[in-house]
Amino acid sequence: MTAFIIRRFLGMIAVLFAVSILVFLIFIIVPGGDPASRIAGKHPTPQNVVNIKKKWGFDKPFYVQYYEMMRKVGTGLLPGNHSQYDVLRSFDDQTNVVHEIKKGMPATFSLTIGAGLIWLFWGVMVGVLSAITAGRWADRMITTVALVGISMPVFWLGIITRYFLAEKPSHPWFPDGGYVPLTASPWEWYKHLILPWFVLAVLFIGFYGRVLRSNILDTINEDYVRTARAKGLTPRRVLAKHVLRNSLIPVVTLFGLDFAAVLGGGAILTETVFELHGVGFYAAERVGALDLPPIMGVTLYGAFFIVLFSAIIDILYAFLDPRIRPA
Amino acid sequence: MAEPATDFTLDTAQVLAEEEHGASIVGRSPWYLAWRRLRRNYIAFIALFVFVVIAVACSLAPIYAHHIAHTAPNATHTEDIVNGKQVLSAPVIGTDAQGNVVVEKAGGVLGPTWWHAHGRFVLGADGLGRDVAVRLLYGGLNSLKIGIGSALICVMVAVLLALLAGFYGGWVDWIITRSFDLIWAFPVLLLAIALGSALSINGFHHFGISISPHSLWIPTLVISYVYVPYVGRPLRGQILSLREKEFIEAAIGQGASPLRIMFSDLLPNVASTALVFFTLIIANNILTEAGLSFLGAGVQPPNPSWGTVIQEGQERIISAPWLTLAPGIAIVLTVLSLNIFGDGLRDALDPRAKVRVEH
Repeated sequence: MTAFIIRRFLGMIAVLFAVSILVFLIFIIVPGGDPASRIAGKHPTPQNVVNIKKKWGFDKPFYVQYYEMMRKVGTGLLPGNHSQYDVLRSFDDQTNVVHEIKKGMPATFSLTIGAGLIWLFWGVMVGVLSAITAGRWADRMITTVALVGISMPVFWLGIITRYFLAEKPSHPWFPDGGYVPLTASPWEWYKHLILPWFVLAVLFIGFYGRVLRSNILDTINEDYVRTARAKGLTPRRVLAKHVLRNSLIPVVTLFGLDFAAVLGGGAILTETVFELHGVGFYAAERVGALDLPPIMGVTLYGAFFIVLFSAIIDILYAFLDPRIRPA
Repeated sequence: MAEPATDFTLDTAQVLAEEEHGASIVGRSPWYLAWRRLRRNYIAFIALFVFVVIAVACSLAPIYAHHIAHTAPNATHTEDIVNGKQVLSAPVIGTDAQGNVVVEKAGGVLGPTWWHAHGRFVLGADGLGRDVAVRLLYGGLNSLKIGIGSALICVMVAVLLALLAGFYGGWVDWIITRSFDLIWAFPVLLLAIALGSALSINGFHHFGISISPHSLWIPTLVISYVYVPYVGRPLRGQILSLREKEFIEAAIGQGASPLRIMFSDLLPNVASTALVFFTLIIANNILTEAGLSFLGAGVQPPNPSWGTVIQEGQERIISAPWLTLAPGIAIVLTVLSLNIFGDGLRDALDPRAKVRVEH
C-alpha cells in the first residue's frame, strides 16, 4: 500500500513535469515571432528591443528559458520578498504572477466549495429521483430539465440570471457581482456568492444526474439486487444500501476531478461573469492583453490541482475498494 | 430478457427489446435494426429537424444579408433611420432606482423591428449599429463550422489513436495513453484559452503549416485538440477488449495486415460509438467555442460567432437585453437539439452503451 502511494505520487510529479514542459511549449514556442518586440510596444528602438530581450532572457536557448521560468515559479511560491528578477512577472504590468494567483485563491475557493456542495447534493437528488420514477412523467420532467441544464452556456446563464435577479432596477434581489471576503462580512460574502454558486452548479447537476440515473438503472438489473429484493428487503433499503453504493462510484470520481478543475481556476466563465476576482478571473482578464505569463501560471496552477486530486482519488479507491488495490 | 428485478425499474434496453419481440430480426444488419429503433423515436427526429432548420438558416446567412436585410455582418449603420428612429441615438440621460443619474455611453440602440422595417434590423442593432439578426446568422454559421469541424477532426484523430493504441499495445499504447493523461491533467477550458490566446498572437507557423491569427482554423483545431482524450480513452478501452475476441485472432491467423485488421475488422465495431460521440461532441464543442469566443480566445472580432455576439451584447444588457438573449437562445436550441438527437441515436445503436462526453 505504501509502495502504491509512493508510486502514485512519483507519477504525479512526472505528469506535472510534462505539464510544465507542454505549457512552456505552448507559450514560448507556439506564438512564434519575437516576444520582446511585442512587449516593447508599437514603435520601439532596436536598442530597446535588445534590452528587453536581455532583461527577460529571450536571447537564451529554450532550455535555459524553461529552467528560468520554473525557477521563478518556485521562488514566487516561497514566502518573503524577492528581487524583481526572481519572480514570474506579467509582460503587461510587471506584477508578480504567483502573488496575483494567491490573491485570487480565496474567491475561487469560496466559489468552488459552495458550488461543489450544491451540485453534489442536487446532482445525486436528480439522479436518484429520476431513476426511481423512470419512465413516468416525473422522470421525463427531471431528465428534460437536466438536459436543458447541460445545454446552456454557463456564461450566458450567468449573464441572464445576473440581469434578471441583480441588475434590473425593479427587483435587485441580489448584489450585482463582485466578491466580499468571508472575513470582512460573512453575510455579504454569502449574498454575493449565492448566484455564482447556483449558476456554476447547474451544468454539473444536470450532468451528474444523467450519469447517476443511467448507473442506477444498470445496477438495478444486477443479480445481487434481485437477491436483496428476494430476501424481502424494502425497495428503499435496497436502493440506499445496495444500488446507490455501487452507482455512486463513477460520480465520486467525476466529482473529485471537476472539483479540482474548478478549484484550479476552471470556472473562468462564472468568475468573469460575476466579477469574482478569483484565479480564473485573473486568467480571463489577461487573455485580452495577450499577457502570457499569467495565463501560463494559472494553467500550471490548475493542472496541479487536477493531478493532485486524481492521485488522491486513486489512493482513496485503493483504500475503499479491495478490487482496485494493487497486489 | 429477465424479469425486472425490482418494482421501480424501467430499462430502456429492456423496453426496446420487448418492442422488438414480434418483428423479425433475421438477416437484418445492426445498422438496419438501429434505424428501426430510431424511427420510432419521434422526439429524436423533432430534435434533428430543429437542428437542420437552424443549420440551413445559418448557411443562408449571405442570402438573407444581401437580399432581405441589405447589409453585411460587419457593416455599421449608425446614421441610418429605420422606422423613423436613428439606429444609434444620442446619449440618453436618466435616473436609476436609487435616484442616481445614469448616462448611456453611446446612446440607445434600435430595438427589434420584427419585420416592420421590411426585414431590416429584425432583431435590432448592436452597439456599433450592426444588424443583430445578420450577425446572429453569420455567427451561427461560424459556430456551426467550428463545432462540426472540430468534432470531425477530434473524433477522427481519437479513433485513429485508439486503433493504434488498442491494436499494437506495448509502447505505442503507452505513449498514446500518457499523452491522453497529459491533456487530461489540464482544466479543459484553461488549456483551450491558453492555446487560443497563444495562437491568436501570430497565428501558427511551424512544420510548413501557416495559419493566420484570424482564421477559424485556430478555434477549430484548439477545441478538437483538447477533447481528443475524452473521446479516445473510451474508444481505446473498447478496442482493447475487441482485440481479445476470436475474430481478430482469426484475422491474424489468416495473415491479414495490421491496416486491414484495424480498418476493416476493428473500425466497424466501434463505428457506432464514434458516431454517437460525434453528435454529442458537436454540441459540446459549440458550447466550448462560445465560451472561448466570449473570453476573446476563440473567434476574433469583428468576425461574428455566437460567443462574440453575446460578449458584445453583454455591455448593453440593461438597455438592450435582446442583444444577449437572442444568441444565447440560439445556442441553447442548437445544443439541446443535438443532445436529444445524440441520446436517441445512442439508445438506438446500442442501448447498453455508456457513451457520454465528460467535461
